[in-house]
Amino acid sequence: MEYELRKVGTGPPSFGPADPAGPAAIEVERLVKQYKTTRAVDDISFRIARGSITGLLGGNGAGKTTTIAMIMGLVLPTSGSVTVLGHPMPAESAAVLGRMNFESPYVDMPMRLTVRQNLTVFGRLYAVEHLRKRIAQLADDLDLNELLDRPNGKLSAGQKTRVALAKALINQPELLLLDEPTASLDPDTADWVREHLETYRRARGATILLASHNMLEVERLCDRVIILKRGRIEEDDSPECIMARYSRDTLEQVFLDVARGRGQGGSHETSKGTPQQAASRETLP
Amino acid sequence: MRELAVHRGLSLQRIGAMILRYWYLLLSSWPRLLELMYWPVLQVVTWGFLQTYIAQNANFFARAGGTLIGAVILWDILFRGQLGFSISFLEEMWARNLGNLMMSPLKPIEFLIALMVMSLIRLAIGVIPMIVLALALFHFNIFNLGLPLIAFFCNLIFTSWAVGIFVSGLVLRNGLGAEGIVWTLMFALLPLACVYYPARVLPPWLQHVAWSLPPTYVFEGMRALLIDGIFRTDLMLTSLGLNAALLIASLAAFLALLRSARRHGSLLGGGE
Repeated sequence: MEYELRKVGTGPPSFGPADPAGPAAIEVERLVKQYKTTRAVDDISFRIARGSITGLLGGNGAGKTTTIAMIMGLVLPTSGSVTVLGHPMPAESAAVLGRMNFESPYVDMPMRLTVRQNLTVFGRLYAVEHLRKRIAQLADDLDLNELLDRPNGKLSAGQKTRVALAKALINQPELLLLDEPTASLDPDTADWVREHLETYRRARGATILLASHNMLEVERLCDRVIILKRGRIEEDDSPECIMARYSRDTLEQVFLDVARGRGQGGSHETSKGTPQQAASRETLP
Repeated sequence: MRELAVHRGLSLQRIGAMILRYWYLLLSSWPRLLELMYWPVLQVVTWGFLQTYIAQNANFFARAGGTLIGAVILWDILFRGQLGFSISFLEEMWARNLGNLMMSPLKPIEFLIALMVMSLIRLAIGVIPMIVLALALFHFNIFNLGLPLIAFFCNLIFTSWAVGIFVSGLVLRNGLGAEGIVWTLMFALLPLACVYYPARVLPPWLQHVAWSLPPTYVFEGMRALLIDGIFRTDLMLTSLGLNAALLIASLAAFLALLRSARRHGSLLGGGE
C-alpha cells in the first residue's frame, strides 16, 4: 500500500531517517507520577527525536499509559517536566494539540455516530481544511469507504481500530501517540495497521511514540525501544543493540529477561544499575 | 482560570463541531428525542388538572389562575436546562469519548459553551410541546406573561447552567459513580426555591437560604405578576446578580475539578 498525501498534504513527499541531534519532538525530564501509595512513573527522562518511531515497552502497570497520558497533558505529573514540539505541557498545550493526535484503547469514538459523522466532528475540532477531501482520502487509504455511513458501534473490533486510526490521522499530526494500536486485532489487520503507520511516518516525517505488548510489532516498527519496569526505565536503545546486549534473538526474550529480573546475558542482575542511573541516561538511537 | 482565557480566541468552528456532534446524536436516536418531551408533557397535564380542580374549589386559586401551571413550566425550564447541559456532558462519559476531546484543540470554555447551546436546544424540544399543551388543555398561555418572561427565562437558564457546570465537574472528577448527582441535585432546590408557594411560608431561618437562591426571585416574581399584576424589576436584578456570582463560582469549581481529574488520572478512564 502506498500512502499518498495528494492535494491535502504539505511538505516533501517522503522523509529520511530521524536525526538524533535534531530538535526533539518530546523531551521528558525527571518525570514522576505518584498516585497515593503507588508510584506509577518514577523519575524517568528521555528525549525523542523528530521523525523517529519509538516503542514504549513494559508489563502491565509498568507506567506506559501514564507516561503517554502525561505527554498528552491528560495526567499532571507529580514532578518533572514534559516538552512537546518545543512547548511545555500542559501549560502551552493549546500550541501543540492541533499538531498531534492519539489513539488509545482507553477511549472510544461515539458509537451512534456514523464513521463519516465522527470524522467530520473531529476534522472540525482540528480545523482540517478541505475536510471532505481529507475524509475521502482517509477512507481510500484505510479502506473505510464501505463503512463511512455505518454507526461506529456496529463495526467489528478491526474496523473500529481502522476508524480510530483515521481519527488519529485526520489532522496529519506531526506527533502521533499510540497506546496498544493493534491490541485485540487479528494478525492480518494488525499487520495492515503497522504497514500503514510505517508508510505514514515515511510520508510525513512524523514522530510516533507507541506503547505495546507486541514485541514483534516493536521490532518491526521502532528505531528505538524504551523498556519500563515498575515506572523506571530499564532499557533505552535500538532493538538490535538491546537484543545484542542480552544475547537474545528477539525482543520478547529480552522482555522476559527484564520482567523476571534476569540481567544482561541472562544472569540475575539489574540490567542498568540504580534507577537514578537509568533515569539519567538520555541516549538516542 | 487560565483554561478559560479567551485572549487566544474562541473558535466558533470547534464550538460548532461539538454542537454538530450532539445534533447527530439526537437525530440518530428517537428514544432520546421522545424522552425530552415525555416528562414535561406528563408534568403539565398532572399539574394542569390539579390547578383546574383547585381553582373550582378555592377562591384564591380562581383569582390567581395559572400560578401552578406557570410554576411547573418555569420549574421545567430550570430543571430541563440543567439536564440538557449535563446529559450532553454525560454522553461523552458514556461514550468514553472525553479523552479524545481533552486531547483535541477544544478548550474547556468552548466545550462548556457548546453544552450551553445544547441545553437550549434540548430545552426547546421538551418545553415547546409542554407550552402548546398548556394552552390547548388549560387555556394557559405562558407568553401572556409578556416581556417579563424573558427575564424569568434568562435567570432560570443561568442558574441551570451554573448547576450543570458544577455537576459536570463533579462527574469529571469522580467518574460515572457520581452520575446520580446529575439527576438529583436540582431537586434539592425545589423546596428551597419556593416554586409552588411563597417564601414567607418557610420558617424564618430557611427563608434566608431561600433568598440566597436566584430561582426564588423568579418564582416570587411570577406570582407577583400573575396574582397582583406587578413586574418586580428589583427581584429580577437581584436574581441576575446572584446568578453572576453562581456562574463564576461554578466555573471556578469546574476548573478546579478538571485539574484534580488530571492530577488523579480520571480523564482517561471516566468509569465508575
